[in-house]
Amino acid sequence: MSPLEQTWADKPGILGWLSTVDHKRIGLRFVVTTLVFFALAGLLAAVMRLQLARADNHLVGPDLYNQLFSVHGTAMMFLFAVPVMEAVALYLIPLMVGTRNVAFPRLNAYGYWLFLFGGVMLFVVFALNIGPEAGWFNYVPLSGPEFSAGKRSDFWAQLITFTEISALIGAIQIITTAFKMRAPGMTLARMPLFVWAMVVTSFMIVFAMPSVMLASTFLITDRLVSTQFYNPAEGGDVLLWQHLFWFFGHPEVYIIFVPALGMISEILPTFARRRVVGYVAMVVALVTIAFLSFGLWVHHMFTTGLPPLGMSFFTAASIMIALPTGLQIFCWIATLATGKRVQFAAPLLFVIGFFFIFIIGGLTGVMLGATTLDSQLHDSYFVVAHLHYVLIGGAVFPLFGGFYYWFPKLTGRMLSERAGRWNFWLFFVGFNVAFFPMHILGLQGMPRRVYTYSAASGWENLNLLSTLGAFTIAVSMLVFLVNVVMSLRRAGRAPHNPWNAATLEWATSSPPPAYNFATIPVVNSRTPLWEQKFPMAEVTGLPDILPTVLVTRLHDAEPDHVAILPTPSLWPFLAAIATTVMFVGSVFTPWAVVWGAVPVGITLIGWFWPDKEEAARMLSIEVKPSEGEARVVALREALS
Amino acid sequence: MNHQVLAPAGPLSSEIAQLFWVFVAVAAVVYLLVIGFLVAALRRRNEASMRTALRTVSVAVAITSVILLGLGLSDFFAGRALAATPHDPLRVRVTAHQWWWEIEYSDAQPARRVRTANELRIPTQRPIELELTADDVIHSFWVPSLQGKKDLLPGYTTRLDLIASRAGVYEGQCAEFCGFQHAHMSIDVIALEPQAFTAWYDAQLSAAAEPQNPVAAHGRDVFLGSTCVMCHNIQGTDASAVAGPDLTHIASRRRLAAGTVPNNPANLAAWIRDPQALKPGTHMPATQLAGDDLAALAAYLSELR
Repeated sequence: MSPLEQTWADKPGILGWLSTVDHKRIGLRFVVTTLVFFALAGLLAAVMRLQLARADNHLVGPDLYNQLFSVHGTAMMFLFAVPVMEAVALYLIPLMVGTRNVAFPRLNAYGYWLFLFGGVMLFVVFALNIGPEAGWFNYVPLSGPEFSAGKRSDFWAQLITFTEISALIGAIQIITTAFKMRAPGMTLARMPLFVWAMVVTSFMIVFAMPSVMLASTFLITDRLVSTQFYNPAEGGDVLLWQHLFWFFGHPEVYIIFVPALGMISEILPTFARRRVVGYVAMVVALVTIAFLSFGLWVHHMFTTGLPPLGMSFFTAASIMIALPTGLQIFCWIATLATGKRVQFAAPLLFVIGFFFIFIIGGLTGVMLGATTLDSQLHDSYFVVAHLHYVLIGGAVFPLFGGFYYWFPKLTGRMLSERAGRWNFWLFFVGFNVAFFPMHILGLQGMPRRVYTYSAASGWENLNLLSTLGAFTIAVSMLVFLVNVVMSLRRAGRAPHNPWNAATLEWATSSPPPAYNFATIPVVNSRTPLWEQKFPMAEVTGLPDILPTVLVTRLHDAEPDHVAILPTPSLWPFLAAIATTVMFVGSVFTPWAVVWGAVPVGITLIGWFWPDKEEAARMLSIEVKPSEGEARVVALREALS
Repeated sequence: MNHQVLAPAGPLSSEIAQLFWVFVAVAAVVYLLVIGFLVAALRRRNEASMRTALRTVSVAVAITSVILLGLGLSDFFAGRALAATPHDPLRVRVTAHQWWWEIEYSDAQPARRVRTANELRIPTQRPIELELTADDVIHSFWVPSLQGKKDLLPGYTTRLDLIASRAGVYEGQCAEFCGFQHAHMSIDVIALEPQAFTAWYDAQLSAAAEPQNPVAAHGRDVFLGSTCVMCHNIQGTDASAVAGPDLTHIASRRRLAAGTVPNNPANLAAWIRDPQALKPGTHMPATQLAGDDLAALAAYLSELR
């Protein structure tokens, strides 16, 4: 084992598995965890579809049905859609920007464990029949102390705490890694669009999540220690919840969607064999979407009787956000039109599916943004159709494209193209059969979140059709699962760069070594693997005996200094357990916050306790300021 | 089906339906154009020139802006038309409960205020101004054939205008998730010709019908002697509680338990015996009445037209 390998290797066995701080191991684990939650939440949807397949059906009663859709929505939003994007990014971004780990590796491990424990808590309480029951946006006063007895809504509120902490940790990792750890020469204007999309998303997370944490904390205190934030009888306000929740909740949709836009901007140019058209316009569009997304939360509240003139502002903002989204779609079509002959591989199929489905969702979104139309469509099945067209079409299809695209990098194996086609067509057809009829059901007056309906309503046939579509989707997911399992078992190794793509993650082996790159590459192009000659220029002189990374300047990625990253540790795992005990305990008594803080404090002290051996190694490579200056000068000269 | 957004029965819902078709037409053209360009880009044999591509993108962005502006303005003007203050409206206060609708017609004379539940009768052609509120959780009033929806929020009063152009029954349902029986919280809006409405209204002002036979008379005694009176009101008797729906003219309504079942003596008896079987979670408790008493009670209530 070379010193470099030794430095970055994990301990063997279960201890190594628990203490790893490698962004790839954590990222992959994170992706798999979110997919398990996706499958579970999907199964809940299948039960709902079975219940709704017939009028006056008695398969499940209202109590279970309410938990089914609440847990389905909550899990899909908080345990799948947002975290899966962050998980993919935590795996890919260090590779894409040419560094060896994320900026805060131990915090990364902590964020993952906390997410896992929070997600497990949600499904455990659901299995115990004390799952959340007030919908994924958990409106008060239905979720308040008076109308939601027991602990169901408390678990919902604490799940939010878990996932938000994890999401904020991911966001900070992504911003710091993308801003400060890019390979020399990768200026902001050369940063891959997926990295741009994740930076934009991460800033949205940083500004949006505190709002829902505030809202859910108010709810917990209302329920646990009798504050009256949401109780109108005591001067509280039921609309306060809606404002706080949707101030987070609308950006949330774009937090899910913007990373998918970034994935398309990576996949599509690879198969069109040219750089994306309008790189700068794309970046500006992403940033514009982020800003606008904070100015349209009220379109979820158009029927609450707010003043009409105020609502017009939010209509304008809601409709306007179609413009930057449209601009990106036009640029991608232009990329396809001006590129070389298109290769129809599975990743691209899913991206093409995105166009067909998402554009429908975008157009119905314009309808919902119009106050007048929204008064009819809001809270009906039309909205259920719309949100699935936007989230599945806009995010899940590109995500599956991403799975097919990056699977060889993550695992060293190619997924089967044939199974990929089956996967795509079943998903595409099943999706439209499941969700298109819901537009019509909404126009026929079917409200969302009803556990049954009467035969006289005339909604039965379309609901049955929708259920058939839902089961087609389930089959397509099975095909995907089989494809993954078969591909992992098969011997054939994937090459470094099977798609002949342009970005740095394809410059290293598949799967990449623990240290990602033996030497940090030097970049002088937006599409380095297409335009740079091999072997690429590289940075030398990083010490091998410590986990060091090169820190570069924010805008021009000039080398700034060398940072030493923390080593693997069991403490983040233990700290996450302590935090989990505190959070779950606080569902039952406010004193859990006080006493639970003690073990959290102890584990954090352990986490930051310096290691003797490590300190000795650091001293051995310490450079006097004068020598350091000379080295930096030498490095700069070598680069120029 | 009498609960369709696109089969409007009044000027307000017509306005919205027309706007919907405008949006759908524009959306269809936009969709076909974008998909057309996409397919052309995927199927082409030769690379398009960069200049043409960029020019097309700019033109597409410009057209999109104009379309969006047009759609936004058409929504704004439609919204203004809908928000116009109605002339001489009939004012009705609707209070939503888990899971039924309390309805009170306002009148300058308190004695002429009609109270009813789950069924809103209105005269055709005359604007109705609903004052909406809730006394527990958030609900939403939605009768698609007549108007868009409006939420009923505890601590707030919201307003919604309705106009029915022609007589008929228009069904609606609570649209904001409100707990266990959100699925069984329907409202019937019945539009009557003005004379028919006046006749109905005057009939509603009268006290409950006197029992016409000994069985029904026994039924009334059962009602007044059991827990029914803790929640319900029957005008002209000692039962005057307001926690549940007013039963003075219960037999004149189409459906029972906020649209759960059609209103007939058999369903009424079944409902009284075990409301939880028909509508699990409803706040109406099961009754411990003997068979005869139950039949008599159902007979009495079935006469309250």
